Amino acid sequence: MAAISKIATGNGHGENSAYFDGWKAYETNPFHPTDRPDGVIQMGLAENQLCFDFIEKWLMEHPEASICTAEGVSKFKETALFQDYHGIPEFRQAVAKFMGKVRGDRVKFDPDRIVMSGGATGAHEMVAFCLADPGEAFLVPTPYYPGFDRDLRWRTGVELVPVVCDSANDFKVTIDSLQSAYHKAQEANIKIKGLLITNPSNPLGTFKDKDTLKNIINFVNEKNIHLIGDEIYAATVFMEPEFVSISEVIEEVECNRDLIHIVYSLSKDMGFPGFRVGIVYSYNDTVTSCARKMSSFGLVSSQTQHLIATMLSNDEFIDNFVAESRERLFKRHKYFTWTLSQIGICSLKSNAGLFIWMDLRKLLKEKTFEAEMDLWRVIIDEVKLNVSPGSSFHCHEPGWFRVCFANMDDYSMEIALSRIRNFMVKNNETMVPPRNKLCRRTSLKLSLSRSLSRKMDDFIMSPSIMSPQSPLVQART
Amino acid sequence: MAIEIEKPSSVRLSKVAISKTHGEDSPYFAGWKAYDENPYDEIHNQSGVIQMGLAENQVSFDLLEKYLEEHHEVSSWGKGAPGFRENALFQDYHGLKSFRQAMANFMEQIRGGKAKFDPDRIVLTAGATAANELLTFILADPGDALLVPTPYYPGFDRDLRWRTGVKIVPIHCNSSNNFQITPEALEAAYQSAESMDLKVRGILITNPSNPLGSTIQSSVLNDILDFAAHKNIHLVSDEIYSGSTFSPSEFVSIAEILRNRNYKDAERVHIVYSLSKDLGLPGFRVGTIYSYNDDVVTTARRMSSFTLISSQTQHLLACMLSNHEFTQNYIKTNRERLNKRYDMIIQGLKKAGIECLKGNAGLFCWMNLSPLLNEPTRQGELELWNIILNQVKLNISPGSSCHCSEPGWFRVCFANMSEQTLRVALQRIHKFMEQRKVCSVNQ
Repeated sequence: MAAISKIATGNGHGENSAYFDGWKAYETNPFHPTDRPDGVIQMGLAENQLCFDFIEKWLMEHPEASICTAEGVSKFKETALFQDYHGIPEFRQAVAKFMGKVRGDRVKFDPDRIVMSGGATGAHEMVAFCLADPGEAFLVPTPYYPGFDRDLRWRTGVELVPVVCDSANDFKVTIDSLQSAYHKAQEANIKIKGLLITNPSNPLGTFKDKDTLKNIINFVNEKNIHLIGDEIYAATVFMEPEFVSISEVIEEVECNRDLIHIVYSLSKDMGFPGFRVGIVYSYNDTVTSCARKMSSFGLVSSQTQHLIATMLSNDEFIDNFVAESRERLFKRHKYFTWTLSQIGICSLKSNAGLFIWMDLRKLLKEKTFEAEMDLWRVIIDEVKLNVSPGSSFHCHEPGWFRVCFANMDDYSMEIALSRIRNFMVKNNETMVPPRNKLCRRTSLKLSLSRSLSRKMDDFIMSPSIMSPQSPLVQART
Repeated sequence: MAIEIEKPSSVRLSKVAISKTHGEDSPYFAGWKAYDENPYDEIHNQSGVIQMGLAENQVSFDLLEKYLEEHHEVSSWGKGAPGFRENALFQDYHGLKSFRQAMANFMEQIRGGKAKFDPDRIVLTAGATAANELLTFILADPGDALLVPTPYYPGFDRDLRWRTGVKIVPIHCNSSNNFQITPEALEAAYQSAESMDLKVRGILITNPSNPLGSTIQSSVLNDILDFAAHKNIHLVSDEIYSGSTFSPSEFVSIAEILRNRNYKDAERVHIVYSLSKDLGLPGFRVGTIYSYNDDVVTTARRMSSFTLISSQTQHLLACMLSNHEFTQNYIKTNRERLNKRYDMIIQGLKKAGIECLKGNAGLFCWMNLSPLLNEPTRQGELELWNIILNQVKLNISPGSSCHCSEPGWFRVCFANMSEQTLRVALQRIHKFMEQRKVCSVNQ
């Protein structure tokens, strides 16, 4: 039999990671409120499902956004023929405008720098192909999205060097950690070509403040390496302070702009992962030109470009959508984290993303990744929730789990919370952690309301009941 | 403390980024630029350059538009936009089952039922461009080689080589036998690769051929498959023009050859298809890989994550292509119209004294202008091409950009314009040929 390539026979596809095992468990027994009430609830998929009604209403009012309707079919032929890798101009303009809006219009994006790709997945691979040769490497702060192992390395031959971050300082990226990782790579004779940051972070749900970003930009300039900023979660920042983009910071510090590249997508902010709208935005003309040529391998369907162009050029709709999406994410996040804190489960303080970074260190039998896997298996098999173990994100500390909250309806959320509550209650005898590690007042018996329309005020109780990490305390003080 | 930024020295990009393997410096694209700067328009720019270098199929759009007009609710999200949410969220790299089923049926219909396709072997990619690159990543390692018969589609230089690091070794074909692929040519190419220390991993054929506009005969397909089996290498058959064969009986797919052999050697065979040519939908980025090899299917599916088809587009096409009445009528009508166009251009060229290779498929003809060359060289060909581009104002593709080993051949597209525009193009050619006769008489 004719052999296939090394790339094909290797494990670079990354599907043997624990990240995907839970998905398999979910797929064999997915939760359904009536058909499979005991099925696994999917909390390992970072999707944004909270605003579809909003979008559907807009679609009904704008049939011209589809080239299949009576109102839109006059555009069918020219759209179907349009395969220019520059992309439909209205599409680029609308995306540039949307990116600006999401950043509070504090910065403008040039439509001529917008390059399409097959989702952010395609964008990351494309950027890696442009910036690094096989064997060269990017620095990536841990914990990071497991897909990067495939996207940046599989077909490119590029390596990833972790920048270790830990809970002692809330997993912040420090100059020391960057320098340390860089020098370690040098000693191992690995050539670092760039630094990849995801901001807001997946899986942390936090974003970097301006000072940190300035330090990062200074660092890449000093080392003369590229900076890739994955800002795919930019519009999911649901609480103050406002998100700061790399695009804003480079206006304020001395910087070689040829080093700066942003990856974006509509998969998270709009909730359209199926439409494969990935964007590479580079401040480097050569990279823009090269990426544009490469985009031939992953162009956005012109049918979808047309839809997105129509939708995102509607200012009123977009302003309302962004505000509404933030509001709904805020509410969902608050309810979720507050309820968890009442059960004695803490998570990293966060104000962005579609997930929380849950701290289950106290539930580990021992401080090892084996123990983390054991706990994870219990959560999948007994609690019947698919959550993502921190080790699959290359977290250096065992016991952390990413738990998604925006990919389900309120009812499923309630079921998930009740399962967690039952599990904690059941295991309280066997796993009583030292008092000072607990979230405060977990012994307080609170009856959690099942009402789905409770106003936010009802959740704001006396600060002494809140977990010390609860963002609600932050909001009130 | 401010970090002193020295005068920015450009940090090196990758070798892939600075290489020219993207291929855009070829004359194939230079003509496009001339067209972009001065495009012909029936009303507004009658002296502009007519684009005959773009293999697009515009002859059957009315059929698609009619379908949409009669099936609004099915193809759009309709009133209440039901299904939008599920569709927008669907990012499974297996692809919509209904779409894969519809594609399998469509491919079967094109082949007159002479081959069957299993929807679970269909892998979706954003265009044939991505499909060919993806297959190359799977079948060959960097530095290895694929054998490709000449003349071939210029885009292969980029698609098969650029990011993969794989090389193309040409299988030389020539006009003495209508550019057919022979076992001798296959063997010569293989030896040539070996002499350059290149490991041959597979053969890539385009059937029907671009730029020849003709189908590969059954006996030749069998020879090629035998050769691949003998050398233990892969065979990729790009059948992107399969639905553009003027007469259905004249196209034989590699799938049919395999069926006739009871699928012996099937696991080395992979088919590439797309809706860009047959349905005229290049903008929608609909490509497929069909492989008889389970490992290739699994790996290709995983790799397709980098280049999935928009679920919105999958949904539209699943509806359209599941409608058998529509697809039967479309395939038949499209063939008839392309045939008519082909006859029109061949007759027109003949009247002007120009011969073409006998073709039976595709969106172009393979025109022989070798008698007009100042010298029988690539240089001579490019000089002639320049005249045709700048004086006759037609963008046609020189054979050298397709790696043809004989100078003087040109690919001329005929399906990307109205009949009226084609008449204008033929008139210009006629006038040009008349003028050359006058010139040569006066010399």
